[in-house]
Amino acid sequence: MIEQNFSLLLVVIPLIAAPVVAMLPNGRLPWLLVLVVTWLCLALASWQLSVVSDGDIISYELGGWAPPWGIEYRIDAMNAFVALMVSGIAAITVPYALRSVEKEIPRQQISLFYSAFLLCLVGLLGVAQTGDVFNLFVFLEISSLSSYILIAMGRERRALTAAYQYLVMGTIGATFLLIGIGLLYAETGTLNMLDLHQRLEPIIDHRTVHTGFAFIIVGIALKLALFPLHLWVPNAYKYAPSAISVFLAATATKVAVYIMLRMVFTVFSSDFVRTTPTHLIFLMLGIFGVVFASIIAIFQTDAKRLLAYSSVAQVSYMVLGMGLASALGVTATLIHMFNHALMKGALFMAIGAMVYRVGISRLEELNGLGRQMPWTFAAFFIAGLSLIGVPGTAGFISKWYLVLAALEQQSWFIALVIILGSLLSVVYLWKVVEVLWFYPATESGLSVKEAPVSLLVPMWALIFANIYFGINTELTVNVADTAVKLLGIPPYHE
Amino acid sequence: MIDIIISHYNYWVVIMLMMAGFYTVISRGNLIKKITGINIFQTSVFLMYISIGYVSEGTPPIIAEGFTKYSNPLPHVMILTAIVVGVSTTALGLALVVRIKEAYGTIEEDEIHDQDMSL
Repeated sequence: MIEQNFSLLLVVIPLIAAPVVAMLPNGRLPWLLVLVVTWLCLALASWQLSVVSDGDIISYELGGWAPPWGIEYRIDAMNAFVALMVSGIAAITVPYALRSVEKEIPRQQISLFYSAFLLCLVGLLGVAQTGDVFNLFVFLEISSLSSYILIAMGRERRALTAAYQYLVMGTIGATFLLIGIGLLYAETGTLNMLDLHQRLEPIIDHRTVHTGFAFIIVGIALKLALFPLHLWVPNAYKYAPSAISVFLAATATKVAVYIMLRMVFTVFSSDFVRTTPTHLIFLMLGIFGVVFASIIAIFQTDAKRLLAYSSVAQVSYMVLGMGLASALGVTATLIHMFNHALMKGALFMAIGAMVYRVGISRLEELNGLGRQMPWTFAAFFIAGLSLIGVPGTAGFISKWYLVLAALEQQSWFIALVIILGSLLSVVYLWKVVEVLWFYPATESGLSVKEAPVSLLVPMWALIFANIYFGINTELTVNVADTAVKLLGIPPYHE
Repeated sequence: MIDIIISHYNYWVVIMLMMAGFYTVISRGNLIKKITGINIFQTSVFLMYISIGYVSEGTPPIIAEGFTKYSNPLPHVMILTAIVVGVSTTALGLALVVRIKEAYGTIEEDEIHDQDMSL
């Protein structure tokens, strides 16, 4: 009984804390409250996951209205997994944010900044918790609107145009999603995901249902930065304050991947994906995304933009897993979602620490900085290994599952693309490593000191998570397995 | 055929508004016009939801004697929420345009682009 209330508290606590934080005086007090709230959320999310990890389900009826009429929070292993990922990254980002935000955000905006951060967290957690498609749209927009604000708070004026561009594309995506939800509602008269699934089954061939599906897919694809719709990502991640680059790169697109999984496999079904060209579209865009985004990343001259393009490529791996539409493929998607949050969070933290010292993320300004900041450089290096997929790191586990899923279907080509993507990531990460370690430092670069401890500790916490989840895969693989079983995706067979 | 087209005129309005708004977003370089385009695009979706809730010969959903057929209020309630989302998006978008105007001195996309490139 009590856990049902906890699943709601996970959304309500940050929601109530956000306006309180906005009213606190600028300084360290807002930060302290946000720290307490995020760690409380992390505790609730871990507890929630421990309850549902063996296949149980928590169902909470908002306002006491029974589903399908009322809004239902239905927590299964996948919801809890995503909620844990989001609250975990938030809990690690906030200690990192203290010094970095004091340096990058004007003092009179600090409490508003943290308030917007909490609202973004509310939105992402809400998306992860809810079992109602319209509620999901509202939470998605809460998180998107607050992330536009957070990106616009970057120091350079181009942060404003980056946020504007993201706002335009994000709103188009959300409106597409809204159209799709409306069309499904017109056909079925329900908004509850499970109820939608049952009611869609007899009318799955209707043209309205197909149109609604197409609108939903395109809308979410904009939010998750699927390859040809990724144009908002590089600038948004580059010009955002460092702490926000970390948080958004690690969570926002991953939550969109989760929405895609829910819509495609819970509301519709894996049969629908296989009988329509959906899986081919996913595979094609995934392959293009992995190859082209990695190649574009090689030619970037800015470390944050390079990592942003790498994010686009990594998200394409997750879409590839969905396109395989088998139990193993979707397991790989879920594991990669979690692991990618760990490695991309660590990479952005390392670059953010350098930005903290030198104020700029252009590669030519970072010459030789790795030798001045050995701990930051080491963190970047290990997280990079994880991104490439070297055995012993988290990245290896997810790539391994993805390759297995491709080989299971005799898709040699896809397995080759996955490996090619890894090789390309060696190239673009080596470019950064070369600049950081082998180039001679500039005059001003020689006086740069190691990053402060409050930046290094969260960074290394993520590095240890990368190694831990690369060796002990019990949590990630088991939860992903349970989640995929509950999604009802059958193993691949001829 | 003609009857269907005429009797569904509200959906034609929805499609026309949707395309007009979407086209404005894509084709205009003026940042305020883009926001207006988004606004029109969203409004078309509001109209679509309201049309979905309509029940032929239904009255507004107020319980009263002698009326048994009511329009479906749920899409209308949903769209109230979506209107709130739309208003906040527009407000935030316009606020960003104000800040962009302060920082760049222009709200034309190509001029902003030129300024960024010349650095």
